[in-house]
Amino acid sequence: MRIFDPHIHMTSRTTDDYERMAAAGVRALVEPAFWLGQPRTAVETFVDYFDSLVGWEPFRASQFGIRHHATIALNPKEANDPRCAGVIDVLPRYLDKEGVVAVGEIGYDSMTAAEDEAFAAQLALAVEYELPALVHTPHRDKARGTERSLKVVAESGIEPGRVLIDHLNEVTVGIVRESGCWLGFSIYPDTKMSPPRMVEILKEYGTERMLVNSAADWGRSDPLLTRATADLMLESGFSADDVDQVLWRNPVEFYGQSGKLDLDDVAPEALFEGNSILRGGS
Amino acid sequence: MTTLDDLRSALAHDGWLADAQRRVAADSGAIARLFPRAARACGRSPLPGATGWTADEAARTLLLAALPPAAVAEQVRVLYRFGDANEKRAVLKALPFLPVGDAGVPLLQDAIRTNDTRLVSAALGPYAVHLDQPAWRQAVLKCVFMGIPLSTVDRLDDRADGELRVMLAGLAAERAAAGRDLAADATALLNRLAAKEA
Repeated sequence: MRIFDPHIHMTSRTTDDYERMAAAGVRALVEPAFWLGQPRTAVETFVDYFDSLVGWEPFRASQFGIRHHATIALNPKEANDPRCAGVIDVLPRYLDKEGVVAVGEIGYDSMTAAEDEAFAAQLALAVEYELPALVHTPHRDKARGTERSLKVVAESGIEPGRVLIDHLNEVTVGIVRESGCWLGFSIYPDTKMSPPRMVEILKEYGTERMLVNSAADWGRSDPLLTRATADLMLESGFSADDVDQVLWRNPVEFYGQSGKLDLDDVAPEALFEGNSILRGGS
Repeated sequence: MTTLDDLRSALAHDGWLADAQRRVAADSGAIARLFPRAARACGRSPLPGATGWTADEAARTLLLAALPPAAVAEQVRVLYRFGDANEKRAVLKALPFLPVGDAGVPLLQDAIRTNDTRLVSAALGPYAVHLDQPAWRQAVLKCVFMGIPLSTVDRLDDRADGELRVMLAGLAAERAAAGRDLAADATALLNRLAAKEA
């Protein structure tokens, strides 16, 4: 089984995790830029963080045969701190990087005016730099936050097919399905989604445009819940091809729209319709 | 040693690169977006005709070499500062070909502080002639410690001295105490240094 974790914060994980992930079938992943628990107070600390996402962390991952990619953005929570507003100005330096396959995580935390502004500005950057966008949905007031996120996405002019709306659940899956955006589900030990609930959603809505991630970070989380979900899919009657679609081909197709995915070394069999989308244009 | 002309002839038929070089020569600021894109445009494979170089490293070196000379030092500093690991490596490998004097030394020091074997080894090419002897010895010892082959160190035997021998012997003793070996190339260097002193 080959697994592409489309959302995991490896900066917060250990080499033991990398070893266990590789053993479970994880061959590639995307690490979105996000907050680190402790709020940051200066642009320079973001620069060092972004450097790590395109420097040290891919090197660490490569030691375990895992291909590391990143998404880069000013996250919604820290967009509320005026001391961090200048982060938007350094983003262009990172969006052209080889390993940067989307703008993200952008979206809402508390749905403030500052978040509105950062969200819209970064969707515009995604269009300008021809990158897909990864949109975080808020943990509080999630249904209305998701609805509002879809409106902002529609107003920005980015194609829905180039947007992944993340951290969805039973309440928010329906409206995102109708929007044409891709759907992300984070499987967590306690909160967010669990493997059994995820399997039920897949039974009801099908496997197209559906992505499953561990979103493992510095909180209580588990990088192997992608594999656990895949195993439960098989036990529940999904085929190996269904599992491959959700856990590999869907994230490859979504992030492949960046034109930057290069998975030849880590998964030579990773062809999607004859490999044509992996490298994309340019 | 590989020369700029070797890199030029290896990539002579690359239309994207020729155009990018013209743009960079006319406007040094254009390199900010062209430098990261060089890998997608020119590829990442080892380059026939330039041993130890990949196509992206060579293309990035040629872009830097195409800059107006007065702009090189500042662009080198900024491209390294905001570079991903492959871009940083390319800047380090390009340094000996660029009119920067010793302005690139802080970049070598930064690379040697990292724990990324690709950056540490790229810092010990021909430009490392600008590193002072204590920093150079520590970097060589770090290579041994990290398992980087000493063949990546330029002019190893010319610069290796009695002080490096003492440092290597200390590492060898620690490894022996722990029941571990020193890499064969490091043991060979230690033996050559001991023979030189005898």
